[in-house]
Amino acid sequence: MPRILCNGNYAAGYTLALSGEANRHARGCAAGGYPITPQTEILEFLRGFRFTKGRIQAVESEHSAMGLCIGASLAGARTFTASSSNGLAYMAENVFSAGYSRLPIVMVAVNRTLGPPWNIWVDQGDTLALRDAAWLHFYCESHQDVADTILLAFRVAEDPRVLLPAMVAYDGFLISHTAMAVELPEQEQVDRFLPHCSVPHRLDHAHPRTVGAMISPEDTFAHRHELEQAMSAVPGVLREALAEFEEVFGRRPDDGLTSYETADAESVLLVSNSMASTVRDVVREQRAKGRKVGMVKMKLFRPFPRNELRKVIGSATRVGVLDRNVSPGSGGIFWQEVRASLSDSALVVQNYLVGLGGGDVTPAMIGDIIRDLEGRSQAGEPAWIGVAL
Amino acid sequence: MNTAKPVPCWPQTLDPETEVLRPGNTNCPGCGMSLALRWLERALGDRPLTLCIPAGCGVVTAGTFPTTAYGVPTVATTFASAAAVAAGIRIVQNLNQDGGETICWAGDGATYDIGIATISAAAERDEDIIYICYDNEVYGNTGGQRSSATPLTAVTTTTPLGKSKRKKDIMAILAAHRIPYAATLSLAHPDDLLHKLEFAGNTRGFRFLLVHSPCPSGWKSDPAESIELDRLAVATGLFPLYEVFDGVRYRINARPDGTPPEEYFRRQGRFATTRHNWKLIAEATKKEFEYLEQLEAAFPAD
Repeated sequence: MPRILCNGNYAAGYTLALSGEANRHARGCAAGGYPITPQTEILEFLRGFRFTKGRIQAVESEHSAMGLCIGASLAGARTFTASSSNGLAYMAENVFSAGYSRLPIVMVAVNRTLGPPWNIWVDQGDTLALRDAAWLHFYCESHQDVADTILLAFRVAEDPRVLLPAMVAYDGFLISHTAMAVELPEQEQVDRFLPHCSVPHRLDHAHPRTVGAMISPEDTFAHRHELEQAMSAVPGVLREALAEFEEVFGRRPDDGLTSYETADAESVLLVSNSMASTVRDVVREQRAKGRKVGMVKMKLFRPFPRNELRKVIGSATRVGVLDRNVSPGSGGIFWQEVRASLSDSALVVQNYLVGLGGGDVTPAMIGDIIRDLEGRSQAGEPAWIGVAL
Repeated sequence: MNTAKPVPCWPQTLDPETEVLRPGNTNCPGCGMSLALRWLERALGDRPLTLCIPAGCGVVTAGTFPTTAYGVPTVATTFASAAAVAAGIRIVQNLNQDGGETICWAGDGATYDIGIATISAAAERDEDIIYICYDNEVYGNTGGQRSSATPLTAVTTTTPLGKSKRKKDIMAILAAHRIPYAATLSLAHPDDLLHKLEFAGNTRGFRFLLVHSPCPSGWKSDPAESIELDRLAVATGLFPLYEVFDGVRYRINARPDGTPPEEYFRRQGRFATTRHNWKLIAEATKKEFEYLEQLEAAFPAD
């Protein structure tokens, strides 16, 4: 496995390409793509890759990029694309269509602030606006995490027990445009890890089906229930995939939820994306000073790991949820869901809004948040950390 | 006119399971789109067809899950996406040497309006699909609102006093992409229609067919007169029949026979309150046809 220095987008583009190539002895791979900062390099990389049996089409909009992916997936190809921010918003209608149609498309989503007003820096509001679209959501911490999670995403999304599309998100610029040493997979390993892509409802002239026409309220209700069941299969399928990943690659990527120093922690910070690296460092420092603080990293946001969450929090009495996103009028989105999942407990679940629109989240801010959380006997309104008023 | 071969009687040997449009669908009487689907079967039903149908009457035709009136693999796409989804399907089919044809089956709302960017892009990329627009000149499925295909003076629910703008020249737009083949089709000229479908099926790249598709509920016309209305639209010059090859070579397939446009208008409720404009339209129609004839003379296909 080559260990190279590369930026997050290279890690993503390279892994997508090898995943597509791994389907060359089946129906091949295809994608529609459209440029948007900070994702553009992925599309450029894919367009330059020489697939044995694959075609990446540069189309005129994200809406058509996802449209083309839907067609390609229904025709039996392994299918993927990448986008960010307003690109995701523009494609939204077809994002729902892909989820409802049970098409295991993998989309790399490089988190970027929605606008106008225009802002190219990181904010999770773009992907979280699509949280109800019947897609798996993974949020990655590092360059290595990006490459590993893309492979896991294909594996889980295409599993017949799941058959749902998957979004692999990471921070614009903080990950997409910085470089770290990454162990990138070999084609032979990807070939072993990813079975041939097979969509059971693919277009077939021997069994002509109509996909996506009218459906009654009763059947729609049942369909949404099926989506929920497919989602509930994800944690188990992901665990299997992680074990297999370890066999093939000799490393074990992070699970959907991971904990750090939570065993005896009284206060726990719940974080996602690259912020987890900063928070882990601060927790380590605070532990050295005897503070009983820990961290939970949430990588898998859809399906929301309701049942596992309680376990990883352990005996802590206070949870601070850090959100680099906000639903105006309702607070941070990770916080809303965490709080809903823990509503049967006496836990203090406090929301901290940090780094919205790409502002820095510094160790000093994390220190302030830990002090604030430790002093709380009950949760208050979401706290806006470092906002200029 | 293309009269290369006579049109035989409708074959009675079709398998209702696999014909493009199965019996038992709930389309309106006199629906031009339904008839066009039967002709599609007649022309290209011998090969594997895949249909991509955006929101509109064409998808309602399928009926409600788990039944379907379509006997070939069919995808219902979002309103503006048919050409993009079809492109994705065709790309994978071509990677796998599947053969057959992938066809967008879309109304004028999806084609002239909401999907125009998608279609323009697919045409520019010369995606290997046949795009067929069943043009009933109105948003039929939502109950009869104006589209940019609605002709001048026609009354719709959103143009209650009659439309004040002319019908968009979609053929000129598609021809400007220099696609291999674009043609207009009339249900009243089945020999010509059949030839054009077959020609499209024997051509590769992006092919565009515009079928004038009567809509009794939108046109406020007698369902029994649908074919007659299509005949009159061609005879009056309101819907000229022509082909454009590679976007630059023209062939007119039927010429107006002098029938005044009012013959067409007076049979339809949508023109009933705009009688005072009929003369204006007659003059405009004449000029439009002259323009087309000049194109054909300057850039002939033959």
